[in-house]
Amino acid sequence: MSTTELLRAAEFDAVNRGAGEWQSSEDAARRARTGLRVLMAVISSLFFLFFVAFLIRSQLSDWEHLSGPWKPLENPWQLWINTGLLVLASGSLQLARVAARHQRLQRAIEFFLLAGIFSTAFLAGQVWVWQQLVGLGYYLASNPANSFFYLLTGLHGIHLLAGLIAWIRTVFKAWRGAPVEQLAVSIDLCAMYWHYLLALWLLLLGLLTSSPETYQFLARLCGLDV
Amino acid sequence: MAYAEDAEQEELHHPQSYWTKYIWSQDHKVIAIQYSLTAIFAGLIALVLSGLMRMQIGFPGSLEFMDANMYYQAMTMHGMIMVIYLLTALFLGGFGNYLIPLMVGARDMVFPFVNMLSYWFYLLSVIILVASFFVPGGPTGAGWTLYPPQAITAGTPGSEWGIILMLVSLIVFIIAATMGGLNYVTTVLQARTYGMSLFRMPLTVWGIFMATVLALLAFPALFVSGIMMLLDRTIGTSFFMPEMISMGQQTDHDGGSPILFQHLFWFFGHPEVYIVALPAFGMVSDLISVHSRKKVFGYKMMVWAIIAIGVLSFIVWAHHMYVSGMNPYFGFFFATTTLIIAVPTAIKVYNWVLTLWQGDIHLTVPLLFAVAFIFTFLAGGMTGLFLGNVIVDVPLSDTYFVVAHFHMVMGVAPILVVFGAIYHWFPKITGRMMNDTIGKIHFWFTFLGTYAIYFPMHYLGILGMPRRYYDSSDYEFIPQSAHDLNAFITIAALVVATSQILFLYNMFHSTFWGRKADANPWRAASLEWLTPDTPPAHGNWGEKLPVVHRWPYDYSVPGVKEDFVAQTVSEDVVTAEQNANAVKV
Repeated sequence: MSTTELLRAAEFDAVNRGAGEWQSSEDAARRARTGLRVLMAVISSLFFLFFVAFLIRSQLSDWEHLSGPWKPLENPWQLWINTGLLVLASGSLQLARVAARHQRLQRAIEFFLLAGIFSTAFLAGQVWVWQQLVGLGYYLASNPANSFFYLLTGLHGIHLLAGLIAWIRTVFKAWRGAPVEQLAVSIDLCAMYWHYLLALWLLLLGLLTSSPETYQFLARLCGLDV
Repeated sequence: MAYAEDAEQEELHHPQSYWTKYIWSQDHKVIAIQYSLTAIFAGLIALVLSGLMRMQIGFPGSLEFMDANMYYQAMTMHGMIMVIYLLTALFLGGFGNYLIPLMVGARDMVFPFVNMLSYWFYLLSVIILVASFFVPGGPTGAGWTLYPPQAITAGTPGSEWGIILMLVSLIVFIIAATMGGLNYVTTVLQARTYGMSLFRMPLTVWGIFMATVLALLAFPALFVSGIMMLLDRTIGTSFFMPEMISMGQQTDHDGGSPILFQHLFWFFGHPEVYIVALPAFGMVSDLISVHSRKKVFGYKMMVWAIIAIGVLSFIVWAHHMYVSGMNPYFGFFFATTTLIIAVPTAIKVYNWVLTLWQGDIHLTVPLLFAVAFIFTFLAGGMTGLFLGNVIVDVPLSDTYFVVAHFHMVMGVAPILVVFGAIYHWFPKITGRMMNDTIGKIHFWFTFLGTYAIYFPMHYLGILGMPRRYYDSSDYEFIPQSAHDLNAFITIAALVVATSQILFLYNMFHSTFWGRKADANPWRAASLEWLTPDTPPAHGNWGEKLPVVHRWPYDYSVPGVKEDFVAQTVSEDVVTAEQNANAVKV
């Protein structure tokens, strides 16, 4: 049998086994989820490296802890409010996700909209915290602890903003009356991303508001103390 | 996001305009060509810069416009362009884009729109980079590693605008690479066709896949350091900048850690070596197998070696920093991991040689380049073992030995694979063959020429000739013989650089007037050669996707008339043919 005949046999094979069902929407959803997981791995790498840089830098002599006594983050109640808002956003998305899974379109859209409102409130809250810090004279460049605070909260905010762009797109999709299956995929992806950003924020919050002793301990644990 | 359904519809029902087909294209093949041509353009700039530098080193003062500042600017831009904007972009954005969907049997990348954005961000990063040649003060001359504090301190060429554009360009490039990388990884994991198990993928895909994983996890380190340095430069933060006096003035910075930058940079920088090397490893395996008509020796071992190298590459970074000073135990640790990474690498070299062993070797241009790669990579890798040891590295670190080492291992070796791969896949990309005679002349000029350049540099290094010197003519410890050797190296470098015109001519001439190629001119077994059209149409596979029955290395199978069995041929068909032939005998 020549190559051409072999190839023709293979072609026959392909036609008969068919590739039609390969393109199901479940497949597309799986691909999107994989893509998002990879993206979250990249973001984790980014923030992990920032955390390490933070710990190393925090051990140098000019570092002034924002969480020390009489410092603005000694009792960061504003940040706790914001954390509450982000938890509410994440929770609403989870409820929207569950509703969409059960084909309850109305309820899913309501919770989905709510999540966006809470997220926007979170971002506004973060800007409010920044304003307060600037008002107290804690500028971006005046101390590396401040620089890291603005940089890390800012980057987290930018990632949430990017999520909100996806959120807006999904809202438009719902507006134009997309089928519930399609919305369910978008809501599912948003929920994954929001939960991830919540977890990341909790880590950040822990890192930024820990006591100086905790930094010292962590740095020593990593062999980074000077 | 049923991308393939959409793509199919588009192709069948919406004839595309010139703009959507060739410019704002979401077809992975067009994006790959866009990536490749842009990368080659950037590479040519870097090639000219290296020629200018070599003129200054070999014949000091021969170029009137060359002063110390310009020399360092040329050096910085040469290094950065070659490593990031040429090699990384060409291997991942170029070959990755073109080959992954074809080799795993997908219609396209899974997120074609993101893929298109990836290219446009890459182009933007190149434009920003090139723009830095035209700003006041010129491009940065901080050295390609951009170490602070000197990178952003007055006195370093380009510390006004050049460094800012460099950092912004890198940040944009990383965003581009991330968008591309998401696609490559997800496509490999989720868009393989029927029967294409992970262990039936060609090693090219494995190499590019692992390199992409490295890129996704390592580029954030450059991103982090880039952003922090940008803030140090523009807003006056002190992430990296220590308290210092510059131009007789106390700067605003205070207490930052330059060593922190070095750690972050090399946490990216070392995996970067393998981001470039792993795709080359993969492709060279395929070239050797196809052109010596033999299955890859130890396929699974090759895959595991790729994975092991990828993992290990994250724990060797500080071997670039022995002379920065570190705890001796750290030096010991990093020297050990560096030596360990030689084990999977050596496995790969043995397997390439054993694949060639008793093969039906066709001395085609791609094979010549592949074999040249083995030699070059071996030479460069061996000197890596020298430099991986602290006690050898410290005296050699600031000499031409290091220049010779990294150019051999990460400059010449991957570029040889790039050439081999272009000669190999060109017929699939354009439907025409490249000229064989010009290819062979180009090969010998490039191969022997690069050895004429870099072999003597090892000697210069051991002699103690310092690297990074703008003008080495007035130092007593550098003998006249070293200057003569430098003049020789410069002549060799200019010959090699000029001979690349042969390649460019061959590539562009063959694209339009080359001999027509059939669908599978090398009689290769892997999937990309089995497309219904050559060059493959948008959507790659016509109505139905191919079904894969075997691995891609079934060459010289006994009892089969042709000396290869394509991946889409089922076992039944092969057995039937073998039985038929056996009866005849």
